[in-house]
Amino acid sequence: MIDDISRISADAPARVRDADTLDLLRELEAELLGKKGALAEFKKGLAGLDPDGRRAVGAALNQARESISAVIDARREELEAQQRAVVLAAERLDLTETIGRRTRGSVHLVTQTWDRLVDVFVGMGFTVAEGPEVETDWYNFEALNIPAAHPARGMWDTLYVDLGDPETVLLRTHTSPVQIRVMTETPPPIYAVMPGRVYRRDTADATHMPVFHQIEGLVIDRDISFADMAGTLEAFTSAYFGGSIHSRLRPSYFPFTEPSAEYDINCVFCEGAGCRTCSHTGWLELGGCGMVHPNVLRNVGLDGEEWTGFAFGFGLDRLALMRHGVDDIREMYTGDVRFLEQFPS
Amino acid sequence: MKVLLSWLQEFAPFPSDDPVALGDVMSDLGMAVESIDRIGEGLDGIIVARVLELRRHPDADKIQLVDVDTGDGTALQICCGATNLSVGDTVPLATLGTTMPDGMEIARRKMRGEWSNGMLCSGRELGLGDDHSGILLLDGALELGTPITEALGITPDVLFDLEINPNRPDAMSVAGVARDLAARLGLPFAIPEPQIEELPGDAASMVSVEILDPDLCGRFHARVIEGITIEPSPRHIAERLSALGMRPINNVVDASNYVMLELGAPNHTYDLATLPGGALRVRWARDAEVITTLDGVERTLTAGRDGVITDGSDQAVGIAGVMGGAATEISASTTSVLLECAWWQPMAIARSSKFMGLRSEASARFERGTDPETLDLAARRLAELLAPSGARLVAGSVTVDGDLADRAPVLVRTDRVNRLLGTALDPDTVAALLRPIGFLVESGAAPGEWSVTVPSFRPDTTTETDIIEEIARHHGYSRIPGRLPTSTQTGSLTPLQRDRRVLRQVLVGLGVHEAMPLPFLAPGDLARAGLPAAAVTLSNPLAAEESVLRTSLRPGLLRSIAYNESHRTDGAALFELGRVFAAPVAGQVLPDEREHLAVILAGQPATAAVEILDVLLATLGSPTAIIDQRTVPAGLHPARSATIRVGDTVLGEVGEIDPAVLESFSVRERTAWLQLDIAALLALPHGEHPYRTISRYPSSDLDLAFETPDGVVAASLTEALRVAAGELLVSIELFDVFRGGTVPDGARSLAYRLRLQAPDRTLTDDDVASVVRSATDAAGSLGASLRA
Repeated sequence: MIDDISRISADAPARVRDADTLDLLRELEAELLGKKGALAEFKKGLAGLDPDGRRAVGAALNQARESISAVIDARREELEAQQRAVVLAAERLDLTETIGRRTRGSVHLVTQTWDRLVDVFVGMGFTVAEGPEVETDWYNFEALNIPAAHPARGMWDTLYVDLGDPETVLLRTHTSPVQIRVMTETPPPIYAVMPGRVYRRDTADATHMPVFHQIEGLVIDRDISFADMAGTLEAFTSAYFGGSIHSRLRPSYFPFTEPSAEYDINCVFCEGAGCRTCSHTGWLELGGCGMVHPNVLRNVGLDGEEWTGFAFGFGLDRLALMRHGVDDIREMYTGDVRFLEQFPS
Repeated sequence: MKVLLSWLQEFAPFPSDDPVALGDVMSDLGMAVESIDRIGEGLDGIIVARVLELRRHPDADKIQLVDVDTGDGTALQICCGATNLSVGDTVPLATLGTTMPDGMEIARRKMRGEWSNGMLCSGRELGLGDDHSGILLLDGALELGTPITEALGITPDVLFDLEINPNRPDAMSVAGVARDLAARLGLPFAIPEPQIEELPGDAASMVSVEILDPDLCGRFHARVIEGITIEPSPRHIAERLSALGMRPINNVVDASNYVMLELGAPNHTYDLATLPGGALRVRWARDAEVITTLDGVERTLTAGRDGVITDGSDQAVGIAGVMGGAATEISASTTSVLLECAWWQPMAIARSSKFMGLRSEASARFERGTDPETLDLAARRLAELLAPSGARLVAGSVTVDGDLADRAPVLVRTDRVNRLLGTALDPDTVAALLRPIGFLVESGAAPGEWSVTVPSFRPDTTTETDIIEEIARHHGYSRIPGRLPTSTQTGSLTPLQRDRRVLRQVLVGLGVHEAMPLPFLAPGDLARAGLPAAAVTLSNPLAAEESVLRTSLRPGLLRSIAYNESHRTDGAALFELGRVFAAPVAGQVLPDEREHLAVILAGQPATAAVEILDVLLATLGSPTAIIDQRTVPAGLHPARSATIRVGDTVLGEVGEIDPAVLESFSVRERTAWLQLDIAALLALPHGEHPYRTISRYPSSDLDLAFETPDGVVAASLTEALRVAAGELLVSIELFDVFRGGTVPDGARSLAYRLRLQAPDRTLTDDDVASVVRSATDAAGSLGASLRA
């Protein structure tokens, strides 16, 4: 009996291997291990054996069942894996067959630059203020210490609007009127930047548009000095342009600041070595700045002995163009998707 | 303002060795150097030669062989590309070893097999003008072998082109630039005293001056010069004028200009013979007063704007500070000159020259403010320049004063200086920075305080802050160390600014590009876009096409779509976030300025725009909007557009652009449109996104299709079903729209999937049946019936 059991056990692996489908394997399993299978028959015979024989045959049966089960399980796994592989292979897909791609849009280059600049200043503790694009002469000029007939008005070619008395309502020529609005509406201390769209009576060419964008900053607090201005602009410069780019200030003139300065940065293309973009000077003129003029403080009702402050401003469009090497500002304003889609973020 | 180094050196001993370093100092003082030209540099080694023979190059068409003689009688072969040479011409030759002004080195080299022993030069190659059309031809009488600098009388010099700020009237002169520069460099500065001999007599008996309007002319200084012979100026004067950009004319005019450039003192010369009695008067012009100016143009003047100088018979002989008259102009026969050195009210000259469109070197200086104390010096300097021609000043002068502002001392507090600049300058340093630029600094009432008198050539400087700027400038901006202010504020964006970013990011994710068309429109654009024509206009537009301020983002975006279509980009999807302008509301001065968001989708149906609207509102967490198709916005497709409302608030419009509008903008594709008023949109409650508990119990989906008359909009059925389904409703979605088949004409089947779920229990069949019943009833009340 034990011999018969051993033979069945010994033959099993070859027979299992021959079962090449899961159905055949299931049939074989029933034949060998099922309730009516070969081993089951021997189990029935156990009852007629003496205790020793029963123990010995029982052990042989258990051993045979275990080894056959193991072989069958292994074969089942093998066959199942084969079957899954066939099913999955049939689902094969060429992942480069993409029709009707999902498209993404883009934020305008000016907006991207606007947001980047604003983020740096917000990080430096500034709030962000805005104002109307159509302004009165008072906010745009008068309050900024540029009275009518002041020769400095020639610094801005102004577009006037047909409202009110002639030349009293205009398209703001700079973001500076927002300074006046902030100072008249908010008590100091003030730490604010003012990005916005501005207008000049300029014919469009590769470097000029009648409509462009500026960002302006204003700080009003006790004991704010020129040194604070230099430090703030230097901190902004390295935060925005990178640590290797530094700023410098040169004397200049603006009616609304005094002392006034030109704000230059190391050329971002040659890092100061001199190249075509910076006319071999190593510097790029970015904008203007200065200590808020006492007349401006007086115009908004602030005491210049108690409060001092500085303001700075520069064009935003040129930074957008510089960042991507665009050489014609007009490209940004046609709405041409072939341009816009080049700058997704 | 251009200045020559040699001219600057007449006022202070500036070093010649490093013009670039000198230029850096000028820039650092706020006189930004735009260019530095080295006149005559790199001309060593260039000599006078004569063409002996011209021969064809055997191997090159564009080069000829030129034999030249440099004075030793032997022929030297040069290869030359120019074609303007003839035998016997006298020409400049760059000899071997010469370094040209542009840095090129001249060496013996073979050109196509023939030796060239130097280079013949054009004017441009010598740095003398722009002529590069051929070799510079020289005076045939020159001795061969003479260095070119000697032959042409070129004195090596350096020309600086400076950008002068409006608050630096002093720097509009060579002497003023020199003063500023000398102060920074610690060099002694002095304006030399003119060495002249005056003719006996008394000018006061020959001329008379009357200032009728003292608010026009602050000072009028008149002198007489006799013995004039009109002739060309000496070469060094003519050269200096040319270098600074003024054309030499004759000795008198040139001397006048020279003094203006050197001392910043514009002046005017009258032919005394044309002025009966030598009488001059100064007054404001009368309306329609006419004068023919030096340039031969007859000009009509305006009262209260222009000033005039008249003769004794009240006939205008010049426009004050702007331009002289033709009738009293210096001519070849002039022998006596009345010299006017005046100080004009800057604002008057600025106004007059601006409105007359007449800007001159003189008016540019007067309008910034000239020095009333330099008039006498200017007159004597002019006489000194004319002395070689035999002209002499007649002794005596006439000086009449109008309104001249007092120059009261200004209190300068060292403490204020340091507080404003962030410096730690001591009082003596402050004084030492001001004195060399002509400021009179005297002790003030308290320690650390100075009483500062501003020099007459700095009319721009009147306040303590003005003087602090001068202190900062001469201390050096770059020497003020930066520090960071400690903001007591927290930086942040406003809710509006944050929401704008959200809107943009959502649109970008939906495949829409942000565009920025210009906000200017042509007069007919609004009407073409189907919009009311009323708009705010510009009073001085550059072009009519840019004369109207947009009341809607629609025309600009339609134009962008047309631009894309015409460049073969169909299906463009654009958005814009920008301001629009309507007439001011009652009582306001400024236009009603609003921010709009518009989305335009070429080649897409109206529903695409509605889907975008839904995503935007859902992202913001705004209430669901009503798509009201009963109110069709102007210029949109009458059957495919709607007004967007929440309650009574109009948020904007959505739909498709009217085909007639598309045609007038040359847009071919069907175009979806969405426009939202940002203020109205963001005034709605939004951004809260309260958490709703997610039920742990199973949900149940219920698909219901309703035969719905075409007159019933899907949104109203959706809303009715939402209400009917009540609290168990988790979501409702229209998933199919079907027309035809068993659905009768005039209706369509709208199929909805409702997901039902209770927060606290498993749904029962009764729950579902109850929702079906109430949904069917609700649909029924709209005329829609449940399909089997």
